[in-house]
Amino acid sequence: MIGRDLLGIEDLERSDIERILETAERMQEIGERQVKKVPTLRGRTIVNLFFEPSTRTRASFEIAGKRLSADVVNFSPGASSLSKAESILDTALTLDAMDPDVVIVRHKVAGVPKRLADSLRAPVVNAGDGAHEHPTQALLDMLTVKQEKGRIDGLTVTIIGDIAHSRVARSNIYGFSKMGAEVRVVGPPPMLPADVESLGVKAYISLREALEGADVVMALRIQLERVQGALFPSIREYAATFGLDRAKLRYAKDDAIVMHPGPVNRGVELSHDLADHRPSVILDQVRNGVALRMAVLYLIAGLAPGEESAP
Amino acid sequence: MRIAHEIVERNEKPEDVYIVAIPNGGVPLGRRLVENLEEVAGQRIPMGILDTTLYRDDVHTTGERPLLRVTEMPSSVDGRAVILVEDVVNTGRTIRAAMDALMDFGRPRSVQVVALVDRGHRELPIKIDYVGKNIPTRPEEKVHLRGEDGDLEGLLEVVVEAAGEGA
Repeated sequence: MIGRDLLGIEDLERSDIERILETAERMQEIGERQVKKVPTLRGRTIVNLFFEPSTRTRASFEIAGKRLSADVVNFSPGASSLSKAESILDTALTLDAMDPDVVIVRHKVAGVPKRLADSLRAPVVNAGDGAHEHPTQALLDMLTVKQEKGRIDGLTVTIIGDIAHSRVARSNIYGFSKMGAEVRVVGPPPMLPADVESLGVKAYISLREALEGADVVMALRIQLERVQGALFPSIREYAATFGLDRAKLRYAKDDAIVMHPGPVNRGVELSHDLADHRPSVILDQVRNGVALRMAVLYLIAGLAPGEESAP
Repeated sequence: MRIAHEIVERNEKPEDVYIVAIPNGGVPLGRRLVENLEEVAGQRIPMGILDTTLYRDDVHTTGERPLLRVTEMPSSVDGRAVILVEDVVNTGRTIRAAMDALMDFGRPRSVQVVALVDRGHRELPIKIDYVGKNIPTRPEEKVHLRGEDGDLEGLLEVVVEAAGEGA
C-alpha cells in the first residue's frame, strides 16, 4: 500500500511499484490527446519546492500537475534565503500554512524531504535529495524498461558511472532489484561505494564484464565539477574507459537499450551518436516522466496524515 | 439485437454511429452491440473505450484512489452520434463523468446512452435512451449480472443482493 509520502524507493513494496507503473501507463493516453487535461485534481494546489536548481524535473512535475488540473506553484528559494538565515523548515512551514495538497521537494542535502514530511500536513514527494534518492526518476526508468521489454523481472540492468554520489543509481538499484531484475554497477573504483554489494548488486571494474548479457544499460551523468577532484584523472580517460559507444555496446545483448537520466555530456558518458539515436531511449524517459509523475500525484495528492492510497 | 434495431431506427445515418463503452462492464456489451449493429446496418461501426475514473466527482473526497482502466478512442468523435454503453445505470453519475470525458475528445453531434439494466435511483438529470431491463431495487442493494458475456437481452440473470451481504 502506497503511503502518504514518496520519499524513496527503499520504502516501497514491489506491489506499490507495480501499482504506480500501471497507473502511469493509463496516464500516458492523456498525453496523446488534443486536450491534454483531465479534471481530477481541480482545486488542488501543488508546491514545487526546489532548493537546488533543476529545470527538467521541475518542469516535468509542473506539467504533470497541470495535466491533472491542479494549480502548481514554483518556489525556488535557492541559496539566497538560506543565507538570510531562514531555515528550510521555516520556509516549508510557511508554505504549509498556505494549505498545499502536495509539496515536491528537491534539496542538495540527503534527508531533507523526510524531515519536511515529518513536519508538514501536506504529503511530500522527494524530487531528489543529495546522494540519497530520486524516486520518480527510478520509477520513470522502470516504466520505460517495462514498455521497451514488456517486463522487468529477470532482466539484467547495468548502471555505469559515479555510483557513490548518485541518487539516481541508488533509487534504481532499489527499484530494479525489488522488481526482480539483476542489477550490476560499474565505474572507476573511487566511484563505487565499498558496501555497494550489500544493496544486492554486483560491482564490476571492467565495463566489458559488466555489459556481458545486459538487457538495459544505464549511463549516469558525470558531475564535471567533481572531475577536478580526486575521483578520476581526466574526462578523457573516463570517456575512453567507461564512456559508452556502439563498439562497447556490442558486449551487451543485441537488443539492449541505453538509458540516461539527462542531461547527457555528449562524448563523455555516451557517444554523440548514441545520445541521439536508438537504442537509446532518453526522450522516451522524459516523456514517461510526465505520465509517471501524474500517477504519483493522482495517488497521493490531498491524502490526510495517516491516510494511505488504498487499491 | 432489439437494441441494435432501435439504434438503427433512431439514427438516420448509421454510418455516423460510434459506440463508446465504459469499462469494465460496458466493454463486452459494447463489443456485442457493435457485432449486432454491423449485421443490422450492414457496415462497419467503430468502437471506443472510455474510462471515467479521472472524471469522477468523488475521487479526492476520501483516501481511496480507484484503479484506472484503459481508454482507447481510435476514431474522432466530431460530428458522430456517440452511443455510450454501460452495464448498470443507477445514480447517473458515471454517465455524467463519461459525457465530460467525451467532450474532451471533441464535439459529437449527439450523445445517447445504452444500459443493460436501469436501477432508476437517478441523482442527476440523465436519461437512458435504450434500456435492456428496468430493475426496481433499493438504493442500498447491489446488482450483479450473470450470463453470457456481452449478451444484451435474454440468457441473462440479474441477481439483486440485499444490503449487508458480501460482494
